[in-house]
Amino acid sequence: MNFSLELMLQLTITVPLITILGIIFARNHPNIRETITIIASMLLLYIVVNLYKSLLSGKTVDIFWWEIMPNLSISFSIEPLGIIFALIASFLWLITTLYAIGYMRSHQEENQTRFYSFFALAISAVMGIAFADNLFTLFVFYEILTLSTYPLVTHAGSEKAKQGGRVYLGILLSTSIAFLLLAVASTWFITGTLDFKQGGVFDANVDKTIAGMLLVLFIFGIGKAAIMPFHRWLPAAMVAPTPVSALLHAVAVVKAGVFTILKVCVFIFGLDLLAVLPTTQFLLYLAGASVLLASLVAMRQDNLKARLAYSTISQLGYITIGALLATSSGVIGSSMHIATHAFGKITLFFCAGAILVAAHKSKISEMRGLGRQMPFTMMAFFIASLCIIGLPPTAGTWSKWYLLMATLETEQFIIMVVLMLSSLLNIAYLLPIPFLAFFPNISAKNNQGDENATTNVQIKEAPLASLIAIGIAALGCLILFIYPNPLYELATAILDTERVTYGK
Amino acid sequence: MISHLPILQVIVPLMAAPLCLLLKRAQLVWLFALFASSLACFISILLLQQVMTSGVISYELGGWEAPWGIEYRIDKLNAFLLLIISAISTVVLIAAQTSIEKEIPKDKHTLFYILYLLSLTGMLGIVSTGDAFNVFVFLEISSLSAYALIALGNDRRALWASYQYLIMGTIGATFILIGIGLMYQMTGTLNMEDLSQRLPQVAQTRTVFTAFAFVIVGVCLKLALFPLHLWLPNAYAFAPSIVTAFFAATATKVAIYLLIRFTFTVFGLSFSFTTLPLQGLFLTLGLAGIFVASSAAIYQKNVKHVFAYSSIAQVGYIIIGLSTSTITGLTATLLHLFNHALMKSAIFLALGAVVYRLGSIQLSSFYGLGRQMPLTMAAITIGGLSLIGVPLTVGFVSKWYLLIALIEHGWWPVAVLVLLGSLLAIVYVWRIVEAAYFKEPLAGTMPVKEAPVLFLIPIWTLIIANIYFGIDTRLSVQVAQSAAQSLFGVSP
Repeated sequence: MNFSLELMLQLTITVPLITILGIIFARNHPNIRETITIIASMLLLYIVVNLYKSLLSGKTVDIFWWEIMPNLSISFSIEPLGIIFALIASFLWLITTLYAIGYMRSHQEENQTRFYSFFALAISAVMGIAFADNLFTLFVFYEILTLSTYPLVTHAGSEKAKQGGRVYLGILLSTSIAFLLLAVASTWFITGTLDFKQGGVFDANVDKTIAGMLLVLFIFGIGKAAIMPFHRWLPAAMVAPTPVSALLHAVAVVKAGVFTILKVCVFIFGLDLLAVLPTTQFLLYLAGASVLLASLVAMRQDNLKARLAYSTISQLGYITIGALLATSSGVIGSSMHIATHAFGKITLFFCAGAILVAAHKSKISEMRGLGRQMPFTMMAFFIASLCIIGLPPTAGTWSKWYLLMATLETEQFIIMVVLMLSSLLNIAYLLPIPFLAFFPNISAKNNQGDENATTNVQIKEAPLASLIAIGIAALGCLILFIYPNPLYELATAILDTERVTYGK
Repeated sequence: MISHLPILQVIVPLMAAPLCLLLKRAQLVWLFALFASSLACFISILLLQQVMTSGVISYELGGWEAPWGIEYRIDKLNAFLLLIISAISTVVLIAAQTSIEKEIPKDKHTLFYILYLLSLTGMLGIVSTGDAFNVFVFLEISSLSAYALIALGNDRRALWASYQYLIMGTIGATFILIGIGLMYQMTGTLNMEDLSQRLPQVAQTRTVFTAFAFVIVGVCLKLALFPLHLWLPNAYAFAPSIVTAFFAATATKVAIYLLIRFTFTVFGLSFSFTTLPLQGLFLTLGLAGIFVASSAAIYQKNVKHVFAYSSIAQVGYIIIGLSTSTITGLTATLLHLFNHALMKSAIFLALGAVVYRLGSIQLSSFYGLGRQMPLTMAAITIGGLSLIGVPLTVGFVSKWYLLIALIEHGWWPVAVLVLLGSLLAIVYVWRIVEAAYFKEPLAGTMPVKEAPVLFLIPIWTLIIANIYFGIDTRLSVQVAQSAAQSLFGVSP
């Protein structure tokens, strides 16, 4: 296949859309339906990889679709940060589809056609966000992502799903309409443009107070980044089937949030302006509080998915902090953390889902001794935990390293302490799970563990398709540690587009 | 023929109305009414084209010269409104025959179409005429037929609603008439163009102030501006579904047109907004309307009531756009006239389809409807999203313009309030979505089928228009913008 770059860029958004048609046509033949999804995700990955290669060779691609209102157009282009996001999302879509096939079937979920259709729609929206050439386009796809994931969150159709969906949609739509839209419109009014531009769109002599207020509006308005106090939607979204939690609420949706924050910080405000705004410090502390509090809350959760959700909130805070620090190491650390946290967290969610399907357990206190029945899953869980904590030999090491560097460079010692403390908390709430699974007798309450171990002999590992997905995702955590260079180069190129060529 | 278009616009439905009596069968009457309405729509498209290319059309009725005879005057604003009214009327009529079968006794079908056409005539007349007294005449034509149409509703409360509307509407019309009379006394003319030139000379008199007050209050009664909205919820809820769909999209729009025409053209911008405190008044009432009506919408059990209150809230947005008294603000108002007509007609038609199948419009009858009437419910959901103002729907376009207008005017707090108010729309729309998709049907209810095709075609035409004009805004924005500019006397 030899498409022109322009066509390929548009295909990233249209391929998932066309897939929906295929999924609907094949709704009565589950095997064909899932094959279509797999093929589509492979095709999407292939296209994004090609775009990545063309970016490395220094080509630029610009697509203009149409002008919705005068000077407000839907248009796309490729740029390193977007490529990072798109690569992760498309690669993990493939893996998640694999996983979902095993999960959804053995869980006997209903309405699978609807599930796969809206999943594809969400991916299309993610691609739109990743390649958006201006803030307006990004905003449009941001809203589409919110709406397309609502039916996925409420998939079960139960009263609990309805409640969760209400919080989910309520917070995400409200923040985006009340704050983000106002911020976007004001930016457009002040600067006359919404294009992402290296160094920002604001004049040097812009009123610092107004720009500072706008920054607050942006950070609050991008509810998908789950900065406290607008984080409640993420735990609420955990009523969704696990593949949704895994891809959307560990990767696509939340990463769309922090991705938007990074884009706004780097290409709308510009790091120079960001560093001198009066509200930046306040927002840094807010994000720091979010990191710490979410970690503390995570410790108290017994439901595994809820604990992972709060862990995600905490890790998203890291990325926001990195963006707000307004230095190159901060941006590099943040964009790498988007990738490394994605791999780590998706593995953890896959494991949580595998445990649910195979052992029908969702509470951490019940998972004692599970390592004997599900050694593979629990090993993967262990590796991914290390990745989230930021310990070698996993990828999380690198991103946390750069984030810490950034706090040192800017002499934000309080933030530095917060980050380190939170990493300790990560250890405290993640590592006991695999440890107790493998060594149930380690603590005083060993009798109970023995009972569990004996009563659950019949538990087997999750379906093969799911295991493969878990394996690949966990492997990703390790590979990105050994071979972080491509990611690092992309991340450094964000601030200096010319340096991309150096990757050749 | 082309030169007679302005009068044909009004004459076609007017003449078609009595002709309906000659046709015996209801089916034929329906087709004939549909034909008349589409002819009117075709004429309005021609008029809009003509106005956009060659400017204002002035037509002298009976050949009498302007200030003495009655003048029909079509500028961009009029042409825009004519298109909205006649197009919505035509699309809604497609579903009429199916809908009234269930809601109106068979012997009254012909009567229904006659009243419908007369009401259409009245609205088109109000918009096309350039004569203040003629406005009153057409206002009465449209209002009287509207009272009768609402009373045709099969719920007995329709009579009471119609009576309420009759009283309030008559007060409104009388106020307008008094205002026009006072203006005539001061200037000796009824032609609007003429009035706008003569009024400034006598502007500082108490009589003109009084005339202004009467006209504005009268018109605001008609457009259901909070707190003069009390007639609207029941009138919309108990009227036959087709009538609600038609009126919700057009009737208040015509009144808003009158408000714009009187404040901007007849009395003039500086008189309305500088000499008199209309700006603060509209802003306050608009904001209050948004919050009070949206909150009321949240607590309604009858779904037609929900969207009726929502209409009152939307009037709030429209009025706030006006109160900025800037070109951008007026553009936002005009855009929202168009966009809101598309949303509300789609939603109310879809509700009509629900009534057709279920015979009830209570929230509890929506339980489980997502599965039983997927296309209708999808339409209501998309219409609701448009009402909330999600990007790629028309609602977003008008919200964006309103927001920019408010920021441009430096009214930051108002911009925040408007956005917060629009969050209330999420709540009342989502109550219905949740009822349809998450609840099981009540025990003992018969499962129902999807709405008939004659419902689905107009509903989805309007829904697609909701999305299309949310993406391709060239027509709506261009017309609204140039109409706003010409009202401000700026040549585009």
